[in-house]
Amino acid sequence: MANFSTNEFKAGLKLMIDGEPCNILENELVKPGKGQAFNRVKIRKLISGKVLEKTFKSGESVEGADVMETDLAYLYNDGEFWHFMNNDTFEQLAADAKAVGDNEKWLKDGDMCVLTLWNGTPITVTPPNFVELEVTETDPGLKGDTAGTGGKPATLVTGAVVRVPLFIQIGEVVKVDTRSGEYVSRAGK
Amino acid sequence: MWQPSATIETLKVRADFIAQIRRFFAERKVLEVETPALSQATVTDIHLQSFTTKLAATVSDDNQAQALYLQTSPEFAMKRLLAAGSGAIFQICKAFRNEEQGRYHNPEFTMLEWYRPGFSYLQLIDEIDELVCCLLGTESAQLISYQQIFIDILGIDPLTASSEQLKQVISKHQQMSDWLEKEEDIDTLLQFMFATFIEPSIGQERPCFIYHFPASQAALAKLAPADKRVACRFELYYRNMELANGFDELTNASEQRLRFEQDNRQRKARNLPEKPLDERLLAALEHGLADCSGVALGIDRLLMLKLNKTEIKDVLSFDLHRC
Repeated sequence: MANFSTNEFKAGLKLMIDGEPCNILENELVKPGKGQAFNRVKIRKLISGKVLEKTFKSGESVEGADVMETDLAYLYNDGEFWHFMNNDTFEQLAADAKAVGDNEKWLKDGDMCVLTLWNGTPITVTPPNFVELEVTETDPGLKGDTAGTGGKPATLVTGAVVRVPLFIQIGEVVKVDTRSGEYVSRAGK
Repeated sequence: MWQPSATIETLKVRADFIAQIRRFFAERKVLEVETPALSQATVTDIHLQSFTTKLAATVSDDNQAQALYLQTSPEFAMKRLLAAGSGAIFQICKAFRNEEQGRYHNPEFTMLEWYRPGFSYLQLIDEIDELVCCLLGTESAQLISYQQIFIDILGIDPLTASSEQLKQVISKHQQMSDWLEKEEDIDTLLQFMFATFIEPSIGQERPCFIYHFPASQAALAKLAPADKRVACRFELYYRNMELANGFDELTNASEQRLRFEQDNRQRKARNLPEKPLDERLLAALEHGLADCSGVALGIDRLLMLKLNKTEIKDVLSFDLHRC
């Protein structure tokens, strides 16, 4: 992988820092009137998700990270790996539990997810921003109560638990925002 | 992208701001001067890169295309005016640095530089403080030495610490990196620590002057008579911005020549181009420059602070991307 000099640093550039692929979020030049210039960068470590600041001496080079993102359709979980497929080439990729993390609960077969690959191996799986999932368990709400004061917990087909309005019943399909984990609406509305 | 990067409202404040600076110096009988933006020589400082251009061979005296540099500051020319007997002078001009741009940097920027014959750097600091109070409405500034601020914030003496000891402090604050592990240059380590740990914690409530920088970072300042480990050089910081750099000016021609040559040796060691020495400045110093103090202050940044702008382009009519 090519090296990048600090004057090529910009948001979105992927670098190897402390042995881990990282994404630059912000890059700021720190240049005293007299003396050495530095680049202060805010980075996200792509495996741990940690955000931190690093300062480089301007003019230094840092190894780039072979990181790419790809849109793949979720297929199934075999108990150990989550399998995804490229709908154009039918090539398949398997992501492990570390890459899937908490997002397991939003994966529905057929949904398009974004997989971040480092040297060809998935390191993160990002589900679509909105998913539509069936309610498999929830208390029967009081009839006629549509004000939705506070709502009630509902378990979805993937195992996720979200708060839904009282009028939502078992068997209904709801739309959920995966970034916040919040109920949006009944599906198809 | 034809539109200005600053609003017209901002440019009106800018015009007032500069008029206010001119009044400040007029009241104090400091003479306004203009010196050339193009010069036959330039700074040797290893951290400053100047723009270079060529004078057409048909125009130059010796029919050779002659190199000319855009000034990184008007310092050398202003010192020649001082040596010629100008008395106290100030200048508001463009300075050029062939460097990356950023939130606080544009390769072409506006500088206020002034010199006070007979002033010590401490007297000059008082005058800068008055100017900043009058422009920004700030409280009187804090004044603290380079050595003391390192001791207060990091518990280490920058004048005696070894590179190993500095690295231990960096590690303790979880800022160690591969390049720092390998770095042996004390000044680079100190400058990293200053930018990372000290700058963010000084000058937040009111402006802060740091003085007595290590002799190895003296630039064109005299060494302190009582302690040759430090230079009579100061910097002004306010709200995470470096605003000004000033000296009790070095007036000794042979010492100045040594420092230029030392810079060029460092340039050579780092594979940077060596620079011709400004013989005209050296001749002026040989003729005689009376003791004086001088300072350069970034007007764009000062205006950013006044208007609470977060980026330098917000106070420039057209920044690098629109010029």
